Amino acid sequence: MSMQDNDPPLMRVSNLTHMYGDRIGCRDVSFDLYPGEVLAVVGESGSGKTTLLNCVSGRQHCTAGTISYRMRDGRLQDLNALSEAERRFLMRTDWGFVHQNPADGLRMNVSAGANVGERLMAVGQRHYGRIRETADDWLGRVEISHDRIDDRPGTFSGGMRQRLQIARNLVTGPRLVFMDEPTGGLDVSVQARLLDLLRGLVDDLGLSAIVVTHDLAVARLLSQRMMVMKDGQVIETGLTDRVLDDPQAPYTQLLVSSILQV
Amino acid sequence: MTQRLLLTGVDKSFTLHLRDGVTLPVVAGVSFHVDGGECVVLGGQSGAGKSSILKMVYGNYGVGAGQILITHAGDQVDMASADARLVMQVRRQTLGYVSQFLRAIPRVAAIDVAAEPLVRAGVTAEAARERAAALFARLNLPERLWSLPPATFSGGEQQRVNIARGFLPDLPVLLLDEPTASLDARNRQVVIDMIAEKKANGTALLGIFHDADVREAVADRIVDVSRFATAAVAA
Amino acid sequence: MSALDAGNEQVIATYNFAYLDEQTKRMIRRALLKGIAVPGYQVPFASREMPMPYGWGTGGVQVTAAIIGPDDRLKVIDQGADDTTNAISIRKFFERTTGVETTTATAEASIIQTRHRIPETPLTAGQILVFQVPIPEPLRFLEPRETETRTMHALEEYGVMHVKLYEDIARHGHIATTYAYPVKVEGRYVTDPSPTPKFDNPKMHRNPALQLFGAGREMRIYAIPPWTEVVSLDFEDHPFEVQAFDRPCALCGAEDVFLDEVITDDRGGRMFVCSDTDHCNRRQAEGHAGEQAA
Repeated sequence: MSMQDNDPPLMRVSNLTHMYGDRIGCRDVSFDLYPGEVLAVVGESGSGKTTLLNCVSGRQHCTAGTISYRMRDGRLQDLNALSEAERRFLMRTDWGFVHQNPADGLRMNVSAGANVGERLMAVGQRHYGRIRETADDWLGRVEISHDRIDDRPGTFSGGMRQRLQIARNLVTGPRLVFMDEPTGGLDVSVQARLLDLLRGLVDDLGLSAIVVTHDLAVARLLSQRMMVMKDGQVIETGLTDRVLDDPQAPYTQLLVSSILQV
Repeated sequence: MTQRLLLTGVDKSFTLHLRDGVTLPVVAGVSFHVDGGECVVLGGQSGAGKSSILKMVYGNYGVGAGQILITHAGDQVDMASADARLVMQVRRQTLGYVSQFLRAIPRVAAIDVAAEPLVRAGVTAEAARERAAALFARLNLPERLWSLPPATFSGGEQQRVNIARGFLPDLPVLLLDEPTASLDARNRQVVIDMIAEKKANGTALLGIFHDADVREAVADRIVDVSRFATAAVAA
Repeated sequence: MSALDAGNEQVIATYNFAYLDEQTKRMIRRALLKGIAVPGYQVPFASREMPMPYGWGTGGVQVTAAIIGPDDRLKVIDQGADDTTNAISIRKFFERTTGVETTTATAEASIIQTRHRIPETPLTAGQILVFQVPIPEPLRFLEPRETETRTMHALEEYGVMHVKLYEDIARHGHIATTYAYPVKVEGRYVTDPSPTPKFDNPKMHRNPALQLFGAGREMRIYAIPPWTEVVSLDFEDHPFEVQAFDRPCALCGAEDVFLDEVITDDRGGRMFVCSDTDHCNRRQAEGHAGEQAA
């Protein structure tokens, strides 16, 4: 029996709209995200999925609509009403953000260990030995060899950098992770390894995640629920395998039928 | 025995937007029930819509009209209208599915693929692996394969991993989509025995079996899907 | 103002007292007052072009020019020395533009402008120490965006400062930063005392003198008022330590002072002497002698 079935939503997004001047970034997006749930947002470039991700993750202000988040103390908090200090604290403790390009999410001029340890130091940990131990443990969990702890990410392969970015995000035990094309730009074999790792971590840690991807296979493997976006709007939403096996909207049918079979 | 699954007036058609919105009827007016402790087999020729019915019950396909009531946690849940979260909950606690093909997960060992539903249901990883191992042994899956990812296995080997994955959790309703298609006679008999055990436990089973021997061995009733397909075309 | 005293050939009549015009001084004083009111906070100010290149102490010179009066007595040091080019040229600049008395004796000065060191002789209430600062932003090493560093200061997000120290320990086994060692001022702002050697960090803590910092090129002023808490950042298991020297000053025999290495010949000869020349001279005059005392 799952404990999660009667949990209230972790995040509640209502009528979220973001305009770039006259142009629509995303319009009237509403969804609930529940604890332990992975939601995939799919669509082609320019469909508004990254705008949506940036808005709900607090990286960009939205033009209209509300985003509420269930804080650790259980109360549902309107994110717009948070002060910047509170919002940033939330972002570096209870949330994670995995960028498509690891260089955007890592400090390239400090070692792997420091990259993982930074969030711990940011929340006040002041014991070098323990910080390093935790960093070392996390490097192991993302399958980075322990002897690379003092190397800078510049000496890492693309897949290793992406795994390092994931460790850096998860070290404070966040409850919600945002991912923007986490496997984009990686070789397929590297992609498979990363997906498997992500899948395992999400399961083990009971993470909730919002994953933006244009890759339906990634969505199938990681998510339980899916939203399809086009021209800034959600055109289809539901259980991931239903959307993929029995797509209703013309655009979703096009998307699904465009997958190359191997 | 108590009724576990009830389909009434279920319609399904596909609208193909990429082909000028042409509508492809699949089935119409599907009505039957499955009780606990019995195995109902869907009959009818290939293309009659048997798999589509299973997929509607499991929630992979949307439902055009009608109801699919499943007894879940003491309540009746209509899978035709349940939202995604409820469908997931039903799948976790009530409804299992053994598909024809394994959707291989990269890098995960066969034994963990099979044990995963148990772990999700709260069984410790070790206990779940032990039960998976016992079932693998029963299904004559060579032990050297257990720790390998099943992506490179033969069809019959993959199917046995899939069967173990589907049969391990004790869920009250189990859907079987040609679970014996790629198995040899010995392993087919194992699956027949396993189905009999599920029935004895009170599980409601709904399946598709092309193999006449297996069908005869497990079926309590056969529901002929052809008439629903005919109805769909006529409508 | 004596500077306007016609007929005195020694004073350049066209310059205002202390070179800067009065409006500019008021602007700088306002920034200084704000800096004193918010210890450790970097106050932007409209840094002027000075008749010397950036890097020569234009920030410190402007601060000194804004606070100096005819009754002050000025001391200028570069490293710890009163007799280096930079110290002499700044001292002469103020001699010519203000006519104030100058000194090399720490205890006699009311204003001490310094490039690196805090004098060994303890400062007293009423004295003002003016630092020349090249890079005032301690977060710059890890965060190049000014908008971001200002937000980090505002929200007290100082985790990255420890990232820098972490890197030191990971690389060298101990905190190897020896100068520009970050401090937390009055429990609030992390401040870079650059390029002061960390040997002098403890002297900043609860110092009776007023400490003012001017960065001319970066256009920032900050301050540590008298008796302010100044704590050097560290880890629990790698506490802050100052450099220790394994020998006393070769000239005056002083221990527990900051030493400079002086090359004495081209055959590898060297000696370690007080970086603070005033301190060293005074001790020698009092009869202390090191092993190489003349």
